[in-house]
Amino acid sequence: MIDWSIIAEALPAFAEGLKTTMMLLAISCGAGLVLSVPLAVARVSPHRAVWGPVWLFTYVMRGTPLLVQLFMVYHGLAQFEAVRESFAWPALRSPWFCAWLVFTLNTTAYTTEIFAGALRATPSGELEAARSLGMSEATIYRRILLPSALRRALPQYGNEVVMMMHATAIASTVTLVEITRVARDVYYNHFAPLESFGVVAVIYFVLTFGMAGLFKLVERRALRHLRPTASGVA
Amino acid sequence: MLHGYLPAILGGLQSTLAVAATSLAIACVFGILGAAAKLSASRAARTVAGVYTTIIRGVPDLVLMLLIFYGGQIAINRLADAAGWGYVDINPFIAGTATLGFIFGAFLTETFRGAILAIPRGQMEAGQAFGLSRGQVMRRITLPQMVRHAIPGFTNSWLVMLKASALVSIIGLDDMVHRASLASAATRQPFTFYAAVALIYLALTTISILGLRWVEARYSLGVRKVEFK
Repeated sequence: MIDWSIIAEALPAFAEGLKTTMMLLAISCGAGLVLSVPLAVARVSPHRAVWGPVWLFTYVMRGTPLLVQLFMVYHGLAQFEAVRESFAWPALRSPWFCAWLVFTLNTTAYTTEIFAGALRATPSGELEAARSLGMSEATIYRRILLPSALRRALPQYGNEVVMMMHATAIASTVTLVEITRVARDVYYNHFAPLESFGVVAVIYFVLTFGMAGLFKLVERRALRHLRPTASGVA
Repeated sequence: MLHGYLPAILGGLQSTLAVAATSLAIACVFGILGAAAKLSASRAARTVAGVYTTIIRGVPDLVLMLLIFYGGQIAINRLADAAGWGYVDINPFIAGTATLGFIFGAFLTETFRGAILAIPRGQMEAGQAFGLSRGQVMRRITLPQMVRHAIPGFTNSWLVMLKASALVSIIGLDDMVHRASLASAATRQPFTFYAAVALIYLALTTISILGLRWVEARYSLGVRKVEFK
């Protein structure tokens, strides 16, 4: 039923593709993480002028399909002469740059909302205690709000990283040879769906639960203080 | 407007909506079956449902779509060959909606399961004590309350599915994204057309959020909310 020789022959290509997939994931989630912390702080601000633009950004990014966003940048930018003639054009036309830009903006939007939700869930007592000790707002964010909110956001953030890993499959539509593209090439060469898409499905499955396990480990360390104890006494 | 391609894009919108609505109906069927299986007393049913939701969570929707579309094509043709029907061409609409429905059925399985569990058991027992049949308990007691608990998860799944429907263009369906790519090639204005498609999607998600918020309010009449401060 399954032709193992096709799989064996394609293994090196899958290994190369896996590198590309993981690279895409790392650079997008890395940049997204850096961007979303300040954006989340802005998102929970009481001033409309501050939270409004962030809200609009996350709303638009979360309300449109990633595929369309990617096409808009990858195929779309060439429409503008100013872009084509700018010094940055060699970068802007590369699929790597476009995928990185779009994936970063996309995951930033979701992560910002996750972090903002965690910030809002801060027990008000913690904030009052910090204020009564005379901490400045910046100190409160650095010492009290962010450390505990980012910890609380871990389970959802882990989910987002896994979703992003799945989303990198969309990069296969803009000529990036990540594992889904490898699978599509193997399929077109042999017309063997199980040996191509079946294999890549197994790879994603292993990656998904591997990453979920890793996040569980981190959570167990970082959220130790929230675990119910056997005796019921914290 | 849009160099005369607006009607073409709107035609694509029609097929996008048809894909999304059909997939949603299929997903609801899989979701209800999955939730029933997960809550059933039979260990085999629980195992099957568990494997189903686990696999779907572990694989990207695009890959599942390609696997089911191309794999299904070959599997059905082998069957057809054996039965002597000759070559069968799978309609991408059927393949696309079946795949999306199958995938999001797994998400709805969890949503529906949680919603059923959120209803106090005593209510169903009380219904049975009054002599209602199982079907009547389902229709009069469980379902109406389930809606309220299921709406947040349902809204989420629907929004994700609506956006995932853009992927059907990859397996050759003539949806909005495909129409936009044709129009872009003809006019050399890809940004304009993809931006138009993005705006239409944004309008669809906005309408969905508002509509489902209304449904939730409608089904939460008489439920007191916790008020902060």
